[in-house]
Amino acid sequence: MDPRELYQEMILEHNKKPRNFGVIAEANRHAEGHNPVCGDHITLHLHLEGEQIQGVSFEGHSCAICKASASMMTAQVKGKTVAEAETLIQEFRDMVTGKLDTKTQPHHLGRLTVLAGVSELPSRVKCAVLPWHTLHSAFVAQETASTEKEF
Amino acid sequence: MSDALHISEKALPGGLDIGGVRADFPILQRSIHGKPLVYLDNAASSQMPQQVIDRLVHYQTHEHANVHRGVHTLSQLATTEYENARHKVMNFIGAADAREIIFVRGTTEGINLVMHGYGRAFLKEGDEIILSAMEHHANIVPWQMLRDEKKVVLRIIPMDDTGELLLDEYEKLFNARTKLVAITHVSNALGTINPVREMIATARQHGVPVLLDGAQAAPHLPVNVQDLDCDFYVFSSHKMCGPTGVGILYGKAALLEKMQPYQGGGDMILNVTFERTTYNEIPYKFEAGTPAIAAGIGLGSAIDYITGIGLERIAAHEHALLNYATEAVRDIKGLRIIGTARHKAAVLSFTLDEIHPHDIGTILDHQGIAVRAGHHCAQPVMQRFGVAATARASFAFYNTFEEVDALVAGIHTVQKVFA
Ligand SMILES: Cc1ncc(COP(=O)(O)O)c(C=O)c1O
Repeated sequence: MDPRELYQEMILEHNKKPRNFGVIAEANRHAEGHNPVCGDHITLHLHLEGEQIQGVSFEGHSCAICKASASMMTAQVKGKTVAEAETLIQEFRDMVTGKLDTKTQPHHLGRLTVLAGVSELPSRVKCAVLPWHTLHSAFVAQETASTEKEF
Repeated sequence: MSDALHISEKALPGGLDIGGVRADFPILQRSIHGKPLVYLDNAASSQMPQQVIDRLVHYQTHEHANVHRGVHTLSQLATTEYENARHKVMNFIGAADAREIIFVRGTTEGINLVMHGYGRAFLKEGDEIILSAMEHHANIVPWQMLRDEKKVVLRIIPMDDTGELLLDEYEKLFNARTKLVAITHVSNALGTINPVREMIATARQHGVPVLLDGAQAAPHLPVNVQDLDCDFYVFSSHKMCGPTGVGILYGKAALLEKMQPYQGGGDMILNVTFERTTYNEIPYKFEAGTPAIAAGIGLGSAIDYITGIGLERIAAHEHALLNYATEAVRDIKGLRIIGTARHKAAVLSFTLDEIHPHDIGTILDHQGIAVRAGHHCAQPVMQRFGVAATARASFAFYNTFEEVDALVAGIHTVQKVFA
């Protein structure tokens, strides 16, 4: 695989100009995600109203795969319900671990499929999945509590 | 890059027959993602020459049985070969006595053994251990466990921005409670070769024993434990062309005899009743259970191979590679070398613009170039230099100048992808 197949324009673009990067003032849930192997570390800020994701942002240091994944994730889940986002989390995990073939099977991942190539790089799966795990922790966390979870 | 077997003219001044050497390593002949393998992750683990592979096959084919416990021919043969390997290790590091050579699983286990057998047995609340700011986690975590258990104090030798330890500060750390110095001979994350002879002399003045983590030194420079006068020296076979699963703890006999066993079981005893057990003599006191026999013999064979080439020659070639690489990357905009000590082993740790080392590692891998990306099990070093991680190219004697060129071209490709 040519590295450019993985590092596609859209991924590089999100890496350079991540969406929803920073802190949102209204956030009432926070979670931290940490990948001890490579030092990726992100903090997720979530503004939940009932079951509705009103806003979501992230910050931290990470590789391009993780950052693009986080950027695209936040763009995708904003306005969705927790249940809808949980479905995306599952589908995304299945895609990058090779269990979901987005070309032949139904899914709701939309442009997130640019990250499908990660399934061919076992060492990078954790980078792509980290934001999604962190989003899940933010859902299950107590209001304003932060979780330190290692994957 | 040119043919992997190409004999570099630039390599000749080192006196190394690089073409011949490379031909000994079958794995260097393979390709990765359709490109010739450029293996620059030797600090993590080195590759194995055919001579060592053959030795392992010969052992399993003709010599295998358990050691130290059978009267039958094979058991005696295995025991003889295993003990021969111990003698090779003794000669390799210039130890005085084969009883001072303990087979362990690797550097990590060697340090843990000293932590248990020496630290837990003899250190008391308030006692102090001196470590350095550039230790591998293997030489930090065991001592933290001891700290938490015994309430001993860890004192850390600081380093400067080049990655050299501050020797004045080191001297100031000694006091009447100092009971051990445990430092790395060569840093895996920075490449720094520490002035261990001087540092041991300082510890001597205070009557404090010294453990050296030789994981990155033993494969790359001549080591003589008597000359250094260290009390413990630990290293791993798999970083010096030998198999995984075996490493060495050298300890001065007088210290080892005083120490408590690390694990209990077969081989480490002389006599067992349910009331009491008499421990075996050193080194067997520390070698409970059936060891990694083939790996130990393989290590002996790796030592034959390395000494056949000569550590001076290896060090000279690797040094030339490091100088060439350091010069070559100097012109790459945005590249920052982490670790610029005056005396360095062939380790090139770097960051590149804002590009995360993991992305560097992946893109280089697609060009067949294996480097390590991450914190190199030395997170305090990363913190000291204010980076989360680095990319690290680490060289061995079988690497070539053409491979350095390939690395440089690879780094340019990384920058192009992220441009
Ligand atoms: C300086 C240093 N110490 C200790 C170790 C641990 O060695 P091992 O994993 O073989 O026990 C390493 C290897 O990663 C190292 O480079």
